[in-house]
Amino acid sequence: MANKFKVLYYVNQFFGQIGGEDKADIEPMYKEEKIGPAMGFDSNLKGEGEVIGTLICGDNYFNENKEEALEYILNVIKENNPDILVAGPAFNAGRYGMACGEIAKAVVEELDIPVVTGMYIENPGLEVCRSIAIVAETTDSAAGMRKALPVMAKLATKIAKGEELGLPEEEGYIPQGKRLTLFADKRGSQRAVEMLIARLNDKEFKTELPMPEFDTVDPAPAIKDLSKATIALVTSGGIVPHGNPDRIQSASAQKWGKYDVSTIDALAGDYYTIHGGYDPVYANEIPDRVAPLDILKELEKEGYIGKVYEYFYTTTGTGTSVGNAVKFGTEIGKELKEAGVDGVILTST
Amino acid sequence: MKLELRRIHIKDIQLGEETKVKDGVLFVNAEELISHLKEDSRIKDVKVDIARPGEKVRIIPVKDVIEPRVKIEGAGNGFPGVSSKMAQVGEGKVNVLYGAAVVTVGDIVGFQEGVIDMWGEGAKWTPFSKTFNLVVDITPVEGLDPHAHEATVRLAGLKAAEFVGEAGRDVEPDEVLTYEMGSHAEESRKYPDLPKVVYVEMLISQGLLHDGYVYGVNTQNILPTLLHPNEELDGAVISGNCVAACDKITTYQHQNNSVILDLYEQHGKTINFLGVILTPELTTLEGKFRTCDYTAKLCKMLGADGVIVSEEGYGNPDSDLLMICKRLEDAGIKTVLITDECSGWDGASQPLADTAKEAVAVVSTGNVSHVVTLPPADKVIGNAEAISTLAGGWDGSLQEDGSIKCELNAVIGSTSEIGYHNLTVKLY
Repeated sequence: MANKFKVLYYVNQFFGQIGGEDKADIEPMYKEEKIGPAMGFDSNLKGEGEVIGTLICGDNYFNENKEEALEYILNVIKENNPDILVAGPAFNAGRYGMACGEIAKAVVEELDIPVVTGMYIENPGLEVCRSIAIVAETTDSAAGMRKALPVMAKLATKIAKGEELGLPEEEGYIPQGKRLTLFADKRGSQRAVEMLIARLNDKEFKTELPMPEFDTVDPAPAIKDLSKATIALVTSGGIVPHGNPDRIQSASAQKWGKYDVSTIDALAGDYYTIHGGYDPVYANEIPDRVAPLDILKELEKEGYIGKVYEYFYTTTGTGTSVGNAVKFGTEIGKELKEAGVDGVILTST
Repeated sequence: MKLELRRIHIKDIQLGEETKVKDGVLFVNAEELISHLKEDSRIKDVKVDIARPGEKVRIIPVKDVIEPRVKIEGAGNGFPGVSSKMAQVGEGKVNVLYGAAVVTVGDIVGFQEGVIDMWGEGAKWTPFSKTFNLVVDITPVEGLDPHAHEATVRLAGLKAAEFVGEAGRDVEPDEVLTYEMGSHAEESRKYPDLPKVVYVEMLISQGLLHDGYVYGVNTQNILPTLLHPNEELDGAVISGNCVAACDKITTYQHQNNSVILDLYEQHGKTINFLGVILTPELTTLEGKFRTCDYTAKLCKMLGADGVIVSEEGYGNPDSDLLMICKRLEDAGIKTVLITDECSGWDGASQPLADTAKEAVAVVSTGNVSHVVTLPPADKVIGNAEAISTLAGGWDGSLQEDGSIKCELNAVIGSTSEIGYHNLTVKLY
C-alpha cells in the first residue's frame, strides 16, 4: 500500500530486550527496527501502517531524569515525524506506566501527535494521560499482551486514518472522562419509562448519568479582628458595569471580570446584571441586592471592617461548568491572596 | 376521565383570506389574527410569518411554542384561568391542528429566549424544526416593564393558538387518540397486579419570568399538587418562563408531555399509571424541603411502586431533583430521574450541581453546554443579533457569514428534561 501510516513505538528496557531490573537505569535510545511488542503490534496493523522504529528507555532512568529523557525522546519523534506514537502496554507496572503516561502527555501537548498506550485500570500512569491520549484497557500482567496488541493496533489504525472512535467499552479503551452529547434511538421519556419498568421487574438497567463525586472544602479559620481585615466582594451573580465591557457570558461563563470599586459607595447606578438564570428586574434596580457593596462600604466607614478591597470580582454562575468554576476560583483566589485580602464575601444567586 | 385528541394532520400553513383548514393546509388570515391580538392595549405591533420544515429559515429569539387546538366537546377551551374562563378540563373532545405550532418571538429580558432552525444541522437539535410554525412577533408599547411584557407575550401566544385552533372546529380528524383513566380504585381493580407509577413533573417557579402556571395559578404559590394526566394534555398547564431555551418546558410540550404520553402507552399493560404531581422548584431552602417532603408524601399516600421525576432547568433545581429521589428511594419507591447536564464545552466537568447516592437510575438528555455551529440561514425571522445575549450564546456567536456558534443552551427544546427530544450523553 502506498500510504502506510508511520508508527513510532516506545518500550522500557525489559520489553526492549535490553534486560531486567538491573538495566532499569539505561539512557533512552532509538533503533530503526521493530523490537519486542512493536513486532506483534506491527503485524496487527494488517499492512495499513508500519512501525518505523522503537524508542527504549530504562524505567528508573526515565523517572529519575524525566527532563533529559523527555528531551531526547521528543527530539527523536520530531525528527521522524510519525503519524502516531504507541507506548507500552505497561499493564500494572508503575514506573513503566508513569513513563508511558508522561511521554504520551508531552507528545500530545507539545508535538500534537496522537498517542495510544495500554494500561491496567489501576496503573498510576493512567491519570497522567487518560484525558488526552487513548489508553487501551489491559490486564494487570504481561500475560495479557496477546489480547492487548490487537486492540491497540485497531485503535491506532482508526486514529491514524482520522476515523472517529466508538464508545470506550466497544473499542476497548479506558474512558477519557468526556461526556459527549449524542442522538439516541428513542426519546428521553421513552428511555425513562423503559428504565423504570426494568427496575420494577428487577431486570437489569443502566443509568445514563452516574452520580458525580464532589470535592469538599474545609472552611477557613475565623478572622480574629475584622476591624483590621481587608474584605473583598466576589459574586457569581453576573453583576457587571453597564455595557458589559468584558463580554462575560449570560450563562456558561468562560471568563470572569474585576472592576475598581474603590471610588464608589455602591454598585447601584453603574452596574447591572447579565446573568441569564434569574429575574434581573430587581438586581438591575439595585445590583447591591446581589453583591452588597453598599453595606460593605458602610461597615468600612463605621470601622467594623478594616477595608473593602479595591477590586470587585464577578462572573456568571448559571450553567457554568465546574471545570471553569475551579479555574476561575483558583485565579481569583490567587490574586486576592497576593493582594493580602483577609476575607471574602462570596454571593451566589 | 376520557379525552379524545382528534388530530387533523397539517401539511402546510399559508396566509389566506380566511382562517381555515382545507385538505390538510392551514390558511391564516394574518390581518384578523393581528387585530385580534392588538385588542390587548399593551401590544403595539404584531408581525406574522411562516416557517416550514426544510426551509432555510432561522427563528430567533423564541419565547414559547404552542399547539393550536379547539375543544369541540366537554368543559373548557384553550387555557382555562389564563386566556379563557375557568373550567375543569381533561374530559371531552379536542380537535388538534397536529403538525402546526404557534411560535412567539420577541426580546423579553434578552437572555432567555431561544433559536429554532428549520433545516439542516440546526434542525436536528430542536423538535420544533418538524412543525409548520406560525411565527408571531410581538412588539409591546413603550415603557412596559419586563414582567408586564412577559405576560403580554405569553397571553398573545396562547390567544393566537386559540384563534388559529378554531379553524379545526368542523374538520374531520385524520386520527383519534383516546386517553381514558378512571379513579385509582377503579384502575387498581382492573389492574391489581400491575405496579403503580406516578409522574412527578418539576416546574421552575422562581419568580416572575421563571414560572409555570396551572389553571392560571403561578406554581410558585402552590404546594405540590395532583393532576389527572388528561388535565395537562388538555391545556391546564402552560409555560410562563424565560429560562434557558434548551430545557424550558414550552406550552406545546405541556400539551404533549412526552412522559405522560409514554406512561399512558404502558398503562394497563405493564404499569398502572396513577397520575401527575406538579412540583414547584423554589429558591429557598425552606421551600425546597417543604416541596420535596410534600412530593414524597403524595407518592407514598398514592401507594406508588415507581416514580419518574423530570426536572426543568438546571443548577439549584438539581438539588430538588435529588432530594425528591432520596426521599422516594428511602421509602422503597423505585425512582427514575430525567435531567440534562452542565458538563462544560469539553464535557469534562461534573454534570450536576448536586449529588445523591440514591440516584441510581438517571436518563440524561444532553449537555446544555455542547457547542454547535448552525450554518447561515436564507431568512431570519426575528433578530439574528439576539444570539449574542442569549443564554448559550456570546458576543461573537453570530459569525460574519451569518452562521451561529452557540451552546445547546440556546436551542429550543434541545435537552428537554421531559425527554421530548432524543439526545443523550455517553462517557468517552
